[in-house]
Amino acid sequence: MASIPQKVVHQYLRHNKKFPHVWCAGCSNGIVLGAVIRAIHELQIPKDDVMMVSGIGCTSRMPVYVDFNSLHTLHGRAIAFATGIKMVKPNMKVIVITGDGDATAIGGNHFIHAARRNIDLTVLVLNNHIYGMTGGQYSPTTPEGDFASTTPYGNIDEPFNICQLAMGAGATFVARGTAFHALETQTLIKEAILHKGCSVLEIVSSCPVIYGRLNKKGSPSRMLENMRDNSINIKAAEKLPPEQTEGKIIRGILKKDDKAVEYYDKYTQLVNRIKSKNK
Amino acid sequence: MTKKTEKSRDGVIILEEDFPGKMEVEDVIVDASDDPKKSPVYIFYNWCKKCGICVAFCPTGCLGRRADGTPYVKNPEKCIHCETCDRLCPDFAITGSKDKGGIFNG
Ligand SMILES: Cc1ncc(C[n+]2csc(CCOP(=O)(O)OP(=O)(O)O)c2C)c(N)n1
Ligand code: SF4
Ligand code: SF4
Ligand code: SF4
Repeated sequence: MASIPQKVVHQYLRHNKKFPHVWCAGCSNGIVLGAVIRAIHELQIPKDDVMMVSGIGCTSRMPVYVDFNSLHTLHGRAIAFATGIKMVKPNMKVIVITGDGDATAIGGNHFIHAARRNIDLTVLVLNNHIYGMTGGQYSPTTPEGDFASTTPYGNIDEPFNICQLAMGAGATFVARGTAFHALETQTLIKEAILHKGCSVLEIVSSCPVIYGRLNKKGSPSRMLENMRDNSINIKAAEKLPPEQTEGKIIRGILKKDDKAVEYYDKYTQLVNRIKSKNK
Repeated sequence: MTKKTEKSRDGVIILEEDFPGKMEVEDVIVDASDDPKKSPVYIFYNWCKKCGICVAFCPTGCLGRRADGTPYVKNPEKCIHCETCDRLCPDFAITGSKDKGGIFNG
């Protein structure tokens, strides 16, 4: 009998952690984790050169399970820690994993300033439209009219569009994927990691147990089908009149600017300038 | 390394073996064929949370679902090794890949 084959993903998991992981059945966080691992595997980046940083939340438990350098920090502060790491270890691939609440509510400030500085981080925002871990409070990305435990009559706030927010703040690579389009998302993750500068990738994901139940979105597979049916690739969308793409999730690379100088490079230039002056 | 193989009532082979790297996977069930190379759909039942995603998105109807939600290999010959189940399983609990050098590393 041949030995049991091991999936590539299994080689990257921390073997001293308890599996199956804590996420609920059908939670798309696991799908995205698989895509992240496969992307890093395909890029052939050694495990020791990857730094995965997260805040607090369901999504933010991701680095706990993978055998990279990992940092599970404070709610909303992942980008602040990641900035510090990048300045000290500029050659490390620093990947921030964050939830919608983590990135745009409590951590909104860090998020926009990392984008403004164009520091070489890869920020993956898993947008499940709710605070999953703490019982379903509404987040800055909960769509208008949707239910959360703190909006029992429907949400009246206008939601953030994470990609537009990142573009407006100055991130030089901005893209959007979904958990259902796992292969496409894997390619986007690769592009985001390879881009030098602040890359923000919003991954539309699903929380079937809290957001799904409160909003009657159906089974985990039904929620993934929704992503399939209600999204469109940017290349296809560009060919259609705007009425036909209204309300759809636009997937793909929305902004890519290779010319802007990265923050650590600017810092090195500054240091060199001062050193040469003082000689 | 402990190794135990037996045929269950469903005609599936139950393997018990120390997973390389101490993974806590004890039961790996493959389909009805005696030769796992021929019909390589593996479900790691210890990790499966019965969410039904693999069954819903398998394009060929190779997988089926029991009344309690457990996925199983219903029509092994139908698998086209598209790896959809591999990619969409949130628990890394199933693989339909044929390529032992690709996603498999057995
Ligand atoms: C400073 C601080 N405030 C509040 C909390 C409570 N808290 C933990 S997780 C969380 C929300 C996480 O939501 P999100 O980032 O969307 O991740 P999800 O759980 O949805 O994946 C909150 C408010 C905390 N841990 N620390
Ligand atoms: S509460 Fe929601 S986001 Fe958190 S693990 Fe469960 S399904 Fe996933
Ligand atoms: S590899 Fe494709 S065809 Fe085979 S079981 Fe998985 S989803 Fe079905
Ligand atoms: S997708 Fe994975 S966890 Fe869900 S039923 Fe299939 S094997 Fe089990």
